[in-house]
Amino acid sequence: MLDKALKGSPRYWSWLAFLSVFILVGVGLFVFVQLREGLGRTTGLQRDVPWGFYIAQLTFLVGVAASAVMVVLPYYLHDYKAFGRLCVLGEFLAISALTMCLLFVLVDLGQPMRGLNIFLHPQPRSMLFWDSVVIFGYFFINAIVAWMTFKSERAGVAPPAWVKPIIYLSIPWAVSIHTVTAWLYCGLGGRPFWLTAILAPRFLASAFASGPSLLILLCLLVRKYTSFDPGKEAIRKLSHIVTYAMLLNIFFVIMEVFTAAYSGIPEHMHHFQYLFFGFEGVNNLVPWMWTSALLAIVALVLLLVPKFRNQESFLVVAAVCVIASIWIDKGMGMVVTGFVPSPLGTVPEYTPAFSEVMITVGVYAIGAMLLTLFYKIATEVRAERHLYQRPESTNV
Amino acid sequence: MDTTRRDFLKAAGFTVVSAGSVVSAFAGASSSEVSGGDVARWAMVVDLKRCQREAGCDKCWRACHTAHNVPDLDDPRHEIKWIWKAPFEHIFPGQVGEYGDLRRKELPAVVMCNHCDNPPCVKVCPTRATFRRDDGVVVMDPHRCIGCRYCIVGCPYGSRSFNFVDPWPDRKPPNMDYPTRMRGVVEKCTFCPERIVKGEVPYCVEACDKAGIGALTFGDISDPGSSVRKLVQSADRVVLRRKPELGTRPQVYYLV
Repeated sequence: MLDKALKGSPRYWSWLAFLSVFILVGVGLFVFVQLREGLGRTTGLQRDVPWGFYIAQLTFLVGVAASAVMVVLPYYLHDYKAFGRLCVLGEFLAISALTMCLLFVLVDLGQPMRGLNIFLHPQPRSMLFWDSVVIFGYFFINAIVAWMTFKSERAGVAPPAWVKPIIYLSIPWAVSIHTVTAWLYCGLGGRPFWLTAILAPRFLASAFASGPSLLILLCLLVRKYTSFDPGKEAIRKLSHIVTYAMLLNIFFVIMEVFTAAYSGIPEHMHHFQYLFFGFEGVNNLVPWMWTSALLAIVALVLLLVPKFRNQESFLVVAAVCVIASIWIDKGMGMVVTGFVPSPLGTVPEYTPAFSEVMITVGVYAIGAMLLTLFYKIATEVRAERHLYQRPESTNV
Repeated sequence: MDTTRRDFLKAAGFTVVSAGSVVSAFAGASSSEVSGGDVARWAMVVDLKRCQREAGCDKCWRACHTAHNVPDLDDPRHEIKWIWKAPFEHIFPGQVGEYGDLRRKELPAVVMCNHCDNPPCVKVCPTRATFRRDDGVVVMDPHRCIGCRYCIVGCPYGSRSFNFVDPWPDRKPPNMDYPTRMRGVVEKCTFCPERIVKGEVPYCVEACDKAGIGALTFGDISDPGSSVRKLVQSADRVVLRRKPELGTRPQVYYLV
């Protein structure tokens, strides 16, 4: 099965070569610059902003990974057949996203060689320990499920019975990875910006908007460049999921803004002031946040009006807007704002450094390459069995 | 067999510590004293009046940073600070109102790790590289630290520093008897366990006393007769702790 990834068109190879360039640059900068120099001169991180661009990507991508549940759940629990062909695409997306998450944790460590200390000397009271546990767990669950269901589909048989409980386990587990990622932030008394019970629900809502949006784009790409068609019905249903999730996400954000602004408690309000208007002259994020808000509104209009939503060209715009809006809001907007102003009242400014950005691009390129290889295998195998039994019949 | 051996070592260690305490009982020249029993709870009291009177004084942190090989870095974004001076309004935000004494708002006073009884940094550390000793001192094992900086994120007081750069790239550290830390790990004030065990007060307290300021008092707050205990119970002074509403129970007290 893996050999499918070794044969391909010139376009396939040039895409992989293109990604390799960024991977090499990223890996090179990490190994030869950041590892040698430390995080000081190679990133914009500082005393008062200890987490930044890397952890922002981690937060965003955990959401993308968790969103696989949005195709797995309707298919396996509600027997929604239109998602039958999509499941494996969702699971492969999750695996790629989780790989990137783990890489982002790794490149963020001051002593990456000691990373395994998290498991060698675990501290069960630490949410970072639990986050590592659930992310690794979800990685293995998805790897097993994707591999077994796909192998069976290829052979035209039902997957072995023992896979079924693992599939059911993957559903609450998906929710858990993003809940624990929110707990990483929202249990800290000293960071009022994150100290909100709605953080985990908000993370899940934004995850179920951004992940399926990405899946819509990937489905359309797959349909365009391969003989595999995920089906109009499936894409239409995904767009409904995105619409509801995005509405919830925006609703939750408004809840947060209201509570902070109306209560007027300075330590809560200052963060939002920084985010949307700048605070004591420090305002790097302001244009980004207004862009995010604008993109959210555009996306919402396109998604809410059926005439737009059901038209693929508009749906693509809406999906791109959702992803970009949430990437800003949930990434840098969420992470960096928690540190400004600092507990001692200083107002630091954070700008990612060049090498930080390039290492990030490198990690994304690794994710994209994995995804390309997975999708290549999936679509080739399916094309091989052209008009084989419909995947619906392999439902476990 | 194993247990017996461990018990023996424990007993032996305890004897050494007790011996240290006896020595310290005679050595206590200043109001601070280090004579804790087996249930000592080390604490610090900062007399704001005395500390703020010496706005330009840098004795405490210089003594600490020199003794502990804390580098003096050019870039303030990468600074390592164990103990330092911050304006009053940064230590106690919102305490001085708009009609209050604005000058007092600006006056710096000393801040350090609060050695909380319920330390958030210990709770969040995924590898137990930072931990609380039985005597309440919160310390770090820099060799286990993976540099995730979650403790910095979790600390409500900004008391922790990360080695963003190599602290001693081409210079010799000032104190060859004390270890240096490497790039990529977190560090902080330790309440000087290496001195407590010898019955001595932390460097900052010693320096403050030597300068005749006497703003810092250190001792075993669990001992009803200790001077730190008496100070926090003083009838004529208001005693503050930083952000008590967070439930961290800091053991650095401020006399206003």
